[in-house]
Amino acid sequence: MEILVCVKRVPDTAENEIEVNRDGSDIERDDLVYSVNEWDNYAVEEAIQIVDKVGGAVTVVSLGDEDSEEIVRREMAMGANNGILVSDDAFEGSDGKGVAAILKTVAEKGSYDLILTGAQADDGAGQIGGMLAAMLDLPYASVVNSIEVVSDSQLKVGREIEGGNQELNEIGLPCVLSIQTGINEPRYVGIRGIRKVASVDIPIWGAADLGLDASNVGQSAAGVKRVDYFVPEFGEGAEILEGSDEEIAEKLIDLLKAKGGIK
Amino acid sequence: MAAQVFAYIVHKNGVADDTALELVSAARNIFPDTSPTAIVTGSGTDLDGVCNDLAASFGEVWKFDHEALAYPNAEAIRKLLMAVLPADAVVLFPHDTFGMDLAPGLSIKLNSVFVSDAAGFEGLDGNNLKVIRQEYSGQVSTHLMADISAGAVINVRPGIFQPDESRSAGGQVVDKSSKIGDLSVGRRFLEVVEAEAGDVDITKEDILVSVGRGIEDQDNIEIAEELAEAVGGVVSCSRPIVDAKWLEKPRQVGTSGQTVKPKVYMALGISGSFQHMGGIKGNPYIIAVNKNLKAPIFQIADVGVVEDLLDFVPVLTEKIQEGK
Ligand SMILES: Cc1cc2nc3c(=O)[nH]c(=O)nc-3n(C[C@H](O)[C@H](O)[C@H](O)COP(=O)(O)OP(=O)(O)OC[C@H]3O[C@@H](n4cnc5c(N)ncnc54)[C@H](O)[C@@H]3O)c2cc1C
Ligand SMILES: Nc1ncnc2c1ncn2[C@@H]1O[C@H](COP(=O)(O)O)[C@@H](O)[C@H]1O
Repeated sequence: MEILVCVKRVPDTAENEIEVNRDGSDIERDDLVYSVNEWDNYAVEEAIQIVDKVGGAVTVVSLGDEDSEEIVRREMAMGANNGILVSDDAFEGSDGKGVAAILKTVAEKGSYDLILTGAQADDGAGQIGGMLAAMLDLPYASVVNSIEVVSDSQLKVGREIEGGNQELNEIGLPCVLSIQTGINEPRYVGIRGIRKVASVDIPIWGAADLGLDASNVGQSAAGVKRVDYFVPEFGEGAEILEGSDEEIAEKLIDLLKAKGGIK
Repeated sequence: MAAQVFAYIVHKNGVADDTALELVSAARNIFPDTSPTAIVTGSGTDLDGVCNDLAASFGEVWKFDHEALAYPNAEAIRKLLMAVLPADAVVLFPHDTFGMDLAPGLSIKLNSVFVSDAAGFEGLDGNNLKVIRQEYSGQVSTHLMADISAGAVINVRPGIFQPDESRSAGGQVVDKSSKIGDLSVGRRFLEVVEAEAGDVDITKEDILVSVGRGIEDQDNIEIAEELAEAVGGVVSCSRPIVDAKWLEKPRQVGTSGQTVKPKVYMALGISGSFQHMGGIKGNPYIIAVNKNLKAPIFQIADVGVVEDLLDFVPVLTEKIQEGK
């Protein structure tokens, strides 16, 4: 099975405090730790496991600036066979549709039986998979937490729905799936793995390579534009307890007693 | 501009989801005078009950009754919507696993903009709708401008827009079933497998000591277990803890886990994503321990401790034990 997995380089929210920059035009990007989007890592692991079982190859593609090469390489160290970096100044400012339109041309340059995305990325949109499927006229299933290859032309997939229930579906190939965390246990990538792929060539494709009219993607074509970042002013928020750990603990115990938090 | 606004109604066992009326409020946040049209798909008698209940709140209720719609297969419903919606429709879905499944693709097919997980609207400037969203698991917010001149598909975050029951729309149910065309799609629904029950039922507990990714290591779960024992509560968790297999799935609080209604909820190293908070009902007293003051949990919690939980929680546990 030929599998394409879309992966995005994102600031790691577990490692960073994300702050708005001074004029609200972006987040503060100095000193951010980046990694592969959590959901995408599960998608790559799943693709590798499928290929281990039924044969084929895994290709990862990332759309971003040159720095995205590092996550393509990382996923190749995990076991993906091929990597592609899609990068062009003309792509900057693309909205979800723009990103999906670019990834569509990547998908069409190959011949993939299965295309995987993460369920969502750093901006929490969860949109690219469904858009890509619709653009390619392929069946789609989101928040997938199990995949069973039934035949060359069919999968049985579980979707994790509300309450942790699982919705089982049969879906024809080729198709697009967005992957939910927890579907597998992504393998650890050590220094040795990274070293092994340190010198593989990762092609960089721009608008011309993909036959894309630059005016159809990027900022100018975007129907949805980000205006600014800001820190919302909520109501009061939590009362923050101050003092030494011991003092805070004492105050908290009084509150717990008052609220029925200690039996 | 006077686009027609539609709201897709999620329903189960003959009852509309809470998001149904939330979408009416969301619609009025965009167009103050609108009376949106409800779209209800399904099969059989349950459907009539849902439709009749909604008529009071919507300008019209469009009913689509068909065997093939008995289970909401997003692929089939997308096909249906493509056939019946007017060109510049503004269509609202709840941002749940159904909305995530259907809406992005629908926006492509309708050739209209898509806005995901909208948490607020700040008015229309011509054809530009100003939307509030959150990014980076709620650590920062953004304003978007969406050009809705060719219509829009908008997923609305559940739980944000309060239903306004004071305004009755007095709508009527219109059976549009005859408009249903071919519903065959490449994905076939088989069955729903219910989540397994665990050794404890966190939905019945009054005191929950809940751990998130901030617990950092499986071995540290003990810290939470000791606190839970000291206060007479039970340990629950956020999703990454279950993904890492540190705790069992039935301990997970959130939209894709359990819905809990404790008296006191202690969130230790949990950022407060909406999918996590969506599983906490009944307005409990929330205590957050998190080393990042910017974590959204501090906006929701009643009381906060900005500390490393690995240092603070053992101190708290010890003090409670001393007092007993
Ligand atoms: C369809 C869908 C359904 C989902 N359903 C659920 C669900 O049911 N339940 C759920 O929980 N999530 C769910 N999620 C995931 C959700 O979006 C978040 O990713 C998740 O809730 C984050 O968990 P967290 O708060 O533990 O981790 P993070 O967001 O990584 O937060 C960890 C927090 O710990 C703090 N921290 C780190 N170290 C320490 C320390 N030593 N001391 C104190 N604080 C520390 C950090 O500052 C941070 O705020 C779902 C996602 C999707 C797409
Ligand atoms: N720039 C990108 N490059 C590659 N894949 C992407 C990119 N942006 C989004 N995706 C894919 O789409 C998924 C959902 O992202 P989003 O719709 O932005 O929340 C991600 O998990 C990725 O698989």
